[in-house]
Amino acid sequence: MTETTVDFPRNFQKALGDGQLRRNLRAAMDTLGLRRRTLFSDPEAFEQLRARGDAIRRRALSKLPELLERLERKCTENGIRVHWAETPAEANQICLDIIRRHDATRVIKGKSMVSEEMHLNHFLEERGIEALETDLGEYIIQLDHETPSHIIVPAIHKNRDQIARLFHEKIPNTPYTEVVEELNAIARKVLREKFFAGEVGVSGVNFAVAETGTLCLVENEGNGRMCTTAPPVHIAVMGLEKVVERLEDVPPLLRLLTGSATGQLITTYFNMITSPRKPDEKDGPREVHLVLLDNGRTKIWADPELRQTLKCIRCGTCLNHCPVYTRLGGHAYGYVYPGPIGSILTPQMEGLESAGTMATASTFCGACEEVCPVKIPITDILRRLRVESYNKADTPNAVKGHGYKVNAAESLTWKGWALSNATPWVNALNAKLLGLLGPQLPKLPGPDIVKKWTQSRALPPFAAKSLHALVKEKGIADE
Amino acid sequence: MSNARANILARLRAVAPQDTAATTEPAAPTEAELGRADKIARLKRLMENMHAEVIVTDSRNWTNALKDLLRQRSLNGLLCAPTTPIGTTLAESWESDLPPLVGYTEAVEQCKERLFAIDAAITSTKGGLADVGALILWPTPQEPRLMSLAPAVHIAVLEAAKIHGSLAEAIRRERWAGGMPTNALLISGPSKTADIELVLTFGVHGPKELIVLILDD
Repeated sequence: MTETTVDFPRNFQKALGDGQLRRNLRAAMDTLGLRRRTLFSDPEAFEQLRARGDAIRRRALSKLPELLERLERKCTENGIRVHWAETPAEANQICLDIIRRHDATRVIKGKSMVSEEMHLNHFLEERGIEALETDLGEYIIQLDHETPSHIIVPAIHKNRDQIARLFHEKIPNTPYTEVVEELNAIARKVLREKFFAGEVGVSGVNFAVAETGTLCLVENEGNGRMCTTAPPVHIAVMGLEKVVERLEDVPPLLRLLTGSATGQLITTYFNMITSPRKPDEKDGPREVHLVLLDNGRTKIWADPELRQTLKCIRCGTCLNHCPVYTRLGGHAYGYVYPGPIGSILTPQMEGLESAGTMATASTFCGACEEVCPVKIPITDILRRLRVESYNKADTPNAVKGHGYKVNAAESLTWKGWALSNATPWVNALNAKLLGLLGPQLPKLPGPDIVKKWTQSRALPPFAAKSLHALVKEKGIADE
Repeated sequence: MSNARANILARLRAVAPQDTAATTEPAAPTEAELGRADKIARLKRLMENMHAEVIVTDSRNWTNALKDLLRQRSLNGLLCAPTTPIGTTLAESWESDLPPLVGYTEAVEQCKERLFAIDAAITSTKGGLADVGALILWPTPQEPRLMSLAPAVHIAVLEAAKIHGSLAEAIRRERWAGGMPTNALLISGPSKTADIELVLTFGVHGPKELIVLILDD
């Protein structure tokens, strides 16, 4: 759904007016937040743990080129074929070439946000290849031709009635049922046949260990294991920032990930893949491919402040704790990654001119930062992106699309404001004028922004007399 | 496309090193060493919370415990690895009223249909993790990966002496970094999901039941 123009105001208004969506979200976000707090109930221990998580991710990023080469070397030694892609288009083509080489038409997929970033399903379907999502939440939204609205629980915007109707309408011979266990059973039955018949499995990667060339996958359902075990070919796609240096870096990150995401001590399955099937082994894919995707990450990496965006381990907890996300849901943002992390990542990937508005979808309450398991300074980066939106200077680390918001009317207004504050008599005049004309401002001809601003907000009434005047009346010395 | 690798690395190499915060990395907190009984108790409690059935038995009685379990259920067969100690022990004492033992002896391409149709499988484990309540499995050529995945019931045998305090401890003590297997797994319960309204339900794509026999000798 990455479009060049996303109509944010319309999306936001629609989401806010959708009572069902807001009820579905509210309940889920409160529960996820509570589960996380219950798991990390000792604040001191949590601070220690996330300080380690932060340091591990920083160390990995500080050695990124070296670790990527090491990962490639280890994987290659282990028999995993490594591919590099600068753009989603290249990554898609790499996947397609592998699939075509095996004459495959049935691809089964485990949950992967990078594959969403690539729009891989759509790309493959256009070329006559079925790409079936097998994570239950992903399966549900794929049936309804939707995209994930949350990084961890992709179908959280839907309730059981909506899913019941969807299954009844879209899966042949399926009776209507709102019983969650029965809905699960229906999906299990349909998908087991798909696992059995799948020719290529596609997965994401939660951590890639450079030291051993190991790809780690975190999941509860077993579909990830199915996709990476049952078909003869496995393709893992990952953003190139997901590499960690050593195997011993994994346990703290794993705890931070599962605890932050769903409040779990550990998921049902933690799957570590280090090679394709060896000659004497009886199952597992004979070919394992790893696709490393850049898609703007190297550019983000070049700037020391923005680089911290890449520490993200995609736990989604910033979404669950965000007062904006919990009222809008993910779709309103219009891009693959929603919520606070999406609001700092997407504008950097897509460019400020198309996605810069996301950086304004924040109250700066800082809840996201408080819960972030790797201490990403989300509000600093949001502020940076807002500044970059007005920064015309072409510095090497300027964010793509910087300066897109610069306009004459706004510049003039701020110049006037500066002049007014530096010149007492202009300030006095302005205060007097605003007192008289302020309430009429939205109706006066002038910049559209005043009208837009007041459409959904109450205009604060201007006092009839300025503070200066009131102070003077009271006989207090006023400089 | 063939330039992607060179271009990406060139972009990364063009930037001067800048983040030195990593040098002040906090050390891992020391983990309290649990005694054997505490490890067993903790693992059992945590795995039971995740809907696994955990039975503490010993190396003389585990086959009887297993047979009792199987007699309580109507299963069409028990998949096993015939050349492992578990497989040979079972073959020696199998009884006719029990679901037939089926060996995983051929490559998956020859037996995929049977693998997906059989009700239960029994595997060994490489160890356990007490802090989170999980099993460690390193599938082998004799005991392949799909055994703990395709059948609806997975029965796992865990020797109590192999329960580690944590994953970090297991990685360190057993020097995993020196040689990882094709596939290493942690398993903490039967397959589950909460993707519909966060309602926790068990038995999505993997096993619906996980039964752990802890051999505490």
